[in-house]
Amino acid sequence: MLNKILFIVVLTVNALMMANTAKASPVETFEFRDEVTKIRFQALSKELRCPKCQNQNLADSNSAIAIDLRRELYELLQQGKADIEIVNFMVSRYGEFVLYRPRVSSLTYILWFGPALLILTGIIVVIIILRKKPAAKADLALSSQQQDKLNHLLQSSKENASQNTNTDKKDKE
Amino acid sequence: MNKIIRFLPLILVIALGGVLYRGLSLNPQDMPSALVGKTLPDFTLTTLTDANKTVTKADLVGDIVLLNVWATWCPTCKYEHPYLLELANNPQLKPYVKLYGLNYKDERLAAQQWLTHYEDPYHFSIFDEQGTLGLDLGVFGAPETFVIDHQGVIRKRFAGAIDTRVWRKEFEPLIKQLIAEKQQGK
Repeated sequence: MLNKILFIVVLTVNALMMANTAKASPVETFEFRDEVTKIRFQALSKELRCPKCQNQNLADSNSAIAIDLRRELYELLQQGKADIEIVNFMVSRYGEFVLYRPRVSSLTYILWFGPALLILTGIIVVIIILRKKPAAKADLALSSQQQDKLNHLLQSSKENASQNTNTDKKDKE
Repeated sequence: MNKIIRFLPLILVIALGGVLYRGLSLNPQDMPSALVGKTLPDFTLTTLTDANKTVTKADLVGDIVLLNVWATWCPTCKYEHPYLLELANNPQLKPYVKLYGLNYKDERLAAQQWLTHYEDPYHFSIFDEQGTLGLDLGVFGAPETFVIDHQGVIRKRFAGAIDTRVWRKEFEPLIKQLIAEKQQGK
């Protein structure tokens, strides 16, 4: 009986403590109109970069400016702003820099098309090298003059060999 | 031709080394503001000293303006403060350039005390408790300083403390240019 009471006491104390820690959490809580808004919030706070701590997104950072921008993002979403409007809002204040996926512009051409260009050059270089190789092999082939000389040499060495074997035989006899 | 191709990898590696070496001395925090070339955003806030006195964009536009973002929670602002006083009292600048403060996400009382304690370099400070004007200006910390020309166009944004060296390098040429522009009545 005593055990049971103790158990219940422990449980309630535990529950109270958990409730307290939940309140003390530094992460702010937002209530969204619907599930879609919530998902959009999560997606946008991952897409947008924290201006202060440059290697973190808004969702990741605990800096004061990231907290402010998350709140601003939430309010813009609650006002029913479209994603593109929100992104424009942020870019007009903090620059293209806040986008983790920069937009295609003359400034970012090299970023967007650079890798494709590099791969293309790589492929072209490989093709050129591969095409050169058979040509190099053709150069290695003997000209008819050289071939004749070789045949001649082979022929004479064969004759020598047969003469040698003949003398060997004679020695044995 | 063949010889050039043989040296191509070496040339590429040296070029890459050059680019990376340059990157070492670049400051990644140094970002161009999205607002340079745009007009100062509209705002309606109160002054730091008087909660009943509202200020708007119209109160700033007309002179060459230095708008300095500061707060009592910002240690670098304290470092910068003596130089701001020097600027405010500079007889060469006084007729042309006005220094205003933007008290950013601060407590009114603490900020007032700071100014009485350390002396007030500003014509007045705008009290931006929620950071709304700060957000519209793309402020992400303090101190930051904006240069606004006499037509209300933001010409420069500088993040970090101003001292003699920074002033000479970053601000002085622009301020001279702006004074010349104003005198020509552009």
